[in-house]
Amino acid sequence: MAVSVSLDRVVTHRSDTQFAVLRIVSRVLIYGALILWTIIALFPIYWTLSTSVKSAVDITQGHLWPWLTFQPDWKGWRSLGLSPDTFFQPSPSRDEFLARFTNSVVTSISASVLAVILGALAAYGLSRFQYKFLWMRNKDISFFFLSQLILPPVVLALPFLVLYRELALLDTTVGLALIYTLTVLPIVIWIMRDQFNTIPIELDEAALVDGLSSWGAFWHIILPIALPGMVAAFILSEVLTWNEYFFAALLTSTDAKTLPVLVASQTSSQGINWWTMAAVSTTAIAPLAIIGIVLERYIVKGLTAGSVK
Amino acid sequence: MADTTVIAIERRQAARIQGSHPRLGRGLIIAATLLLLAIGLTEALYKAGVTPFGFANWRPVLYVFVIWGVALGVGQVLSRGEAGKRALFVLPAALFTLAIVVFPTVFGLYIAFTDWNLASLSGRHFNGIDNLVALFNDPFFWNAMLNMVYYLLAVLVEYAIAFGLALLLNADIKARKFFRVAFLLPFMLSPVAVSWMVGKSMMEYRYGPLATLMRHLGWRSPSFFSDPWIARIAVEAMDAWVSIPFIMILLLAGLQAMPKEVSEAARIDGANGWQHFWSITFPLMLPVSVTAVVLRIIFKLKLADIVINTTSGGPGGATDTVSSFIFREYHYRSNVGYGTMLAMFYLVVIIVFMTLLLDLTGRFVRRIT
Repeated sequence: MAVSVSLDRVVTHRSDTQFAVLRIVSRVLIYGALILWTIIALFPIYWTLSTSVKSAVDITQGHLWPWLTFQPDWKGWRSLGLSPDTFFQPSPSRDEFLARFTNSVVTSISASVLAVILGALAAYGLSRFQYKFLWMRNKDISFFFLSQLILPPVVLALPFLVLYRELALLDTTVGLALIYTLTVLPIVIWIMRDQFNTIPIELDEAALVDGLSSWGAFWHIILPIALPGMVAAFILSEVLTWNEYFFAALLTSTDAKTLPVLVASQTSSQGINWWTMAAVSTTAIAPLAIIGIVLERYIVKGLTAGSVK
Repeated sequence: MADTTVIAIERRQAARIQGSHPRLGRGLIIAATLLLLAIGLTEALYKAGVTPFGFANWRPVLYVFVIWGVALGVGQVLSRGEAGKRALFVLPAALFTLAIVVFPTVFGLYIAFTDWNLASLSGRHFNGIDNLVALFNDPFFWNAMLNMVYYLLAVLVEYAIAFGLALLLNADIKARKFFRVAFLLPFMLSPVAVSWMVGKSMMEYRYGPLATLMRHLGWRSPSFFSDPWIARIAVEAMDAWVSIPFIMILLLAGLQAMPKEVSEAARIDGANGWQHFWSITFPLMLPVSVTAVVLRIIFKLKLADIVINTTSGGPGGATDTVSSFIFREYHYRSNVGYGTMLAMFYLVVIIVFMTLLLDLTGRFVRRIT
């Protein structure tokens, strides 16, 4: 009681102008911090984009603003064969680049699709039915799947190198997609289990009463409701597999090489061919940057699955 | 009316409980298993040089394994009915994971105890615990392990920054959506591309904008990768730049899920921002924080691509992570046996560490809340 009285006095002692000043100062601080971090988050992206249209002089003199401090030129894109003037001419570097880009697209999408199918099925089963396999109950089976997440790639990398050689899967897109599926499967199961747990089990029961089998109930009733979770799981898988470098570097050599491997090989082999590097990096980050802008809410949904009750 | 429905359901369930063709189902599974064993054995004998016939590689065995998986699924449904159909949900993922994890792990354990070097012509020989002895005497490996400790401690800094950003985004601000997307973007970017964008160009000694900025701030020779500690911080900064958004999003979701009444009550009680944060927000956020930090640690333990592509572990191993160290052992020295032993040892360390960490944090959260 006494405390609240004394606090009341403190509040009344403060005049309105003091409050207004405090408010403005806190506003300025908050927006200042927000803008500062926006610059930190976006400048490297801007730097890469702008460097891809700079000439050597503009790079060495540190010019930053196109049209104001330097004249943009398609330099980086021309060396890739992707500038408007080289677009219709044959270009070996463009063929190489497009092959890597296609590999990345095919590998990451097929791995994500496979992971979402396998993961959604498993997560649905684990959220609805009671299993018993040897000594393992649902909890143990879930743990078995999720524990794969802590497996560092280095542990699998070498046995996989040998295994894939025996299976003739080395340097193939299929082989790479399979191992990518494995790496994102725990995350998909994690997200989808959370998603299915939020759907009331009464819906399944109603479907069963209507004469649907458990697969019918899953396919016709539950899956459409769980679609946002599947999109979230797919996008998160896509982010992780598109950016994956470790396995791609070890398990591919020529045919199945993906974009990150191309970026990495360019990094080590050049002097100061910055514009090409910037153009290649731009293409490596652009698809996901666009997805990030357009589908931000699915990424947030995927990341926060299961962490907030 | 209700009674008839119940009876109908019961009848249908009775038909479902026993499969339609139990013997056919079981026969299918047995036949497929025999086929798998036969093909596998043929190939193993051929590869061992015992029998003259077989396939050029193990690929056919993989196909037969897929057939076996399908037969197992069909057999389950035929023999066990509804229970089989239910098992079918988990079966594909389980078979996939088992096939693709168990073999490499078992095989990895075997090669960890050999002196296999892909570059040497003599093939692989079992060499007992030689690799383990070498591991304990390898200063570079222990150096990498020590670096992992530094990198893991940096997670706390990442967490603090991410918490600050989450609080900012949760404040009463305009254009919240814009800031959220902008803050999230680095998370989407390929670490390999980031290695070039930040590590190789922005931090470049002569022309990089970060180096230029540092010169303006009074650092006369801003070389980011020649001093061990500065190099470590530079690598960590890049990794943090990519992953802070991840922690931030988790914490932001936690902040938004917090009951509004709690902070209202605190404001009426006259708590200032600082007190409010430490006495209310922070304790309430502990469970989310623990999830975020533990997940972040799991990913941190895999850190490799940024190190491989900016410093290759230099200068003098100062930025090496265990993963990047083993990567070089494979990639440049083809030292398969020893590299695998390092990886297996690292896996054991990770499992022990994570078990302890989960146990500890679990108890900590339970005591606080």
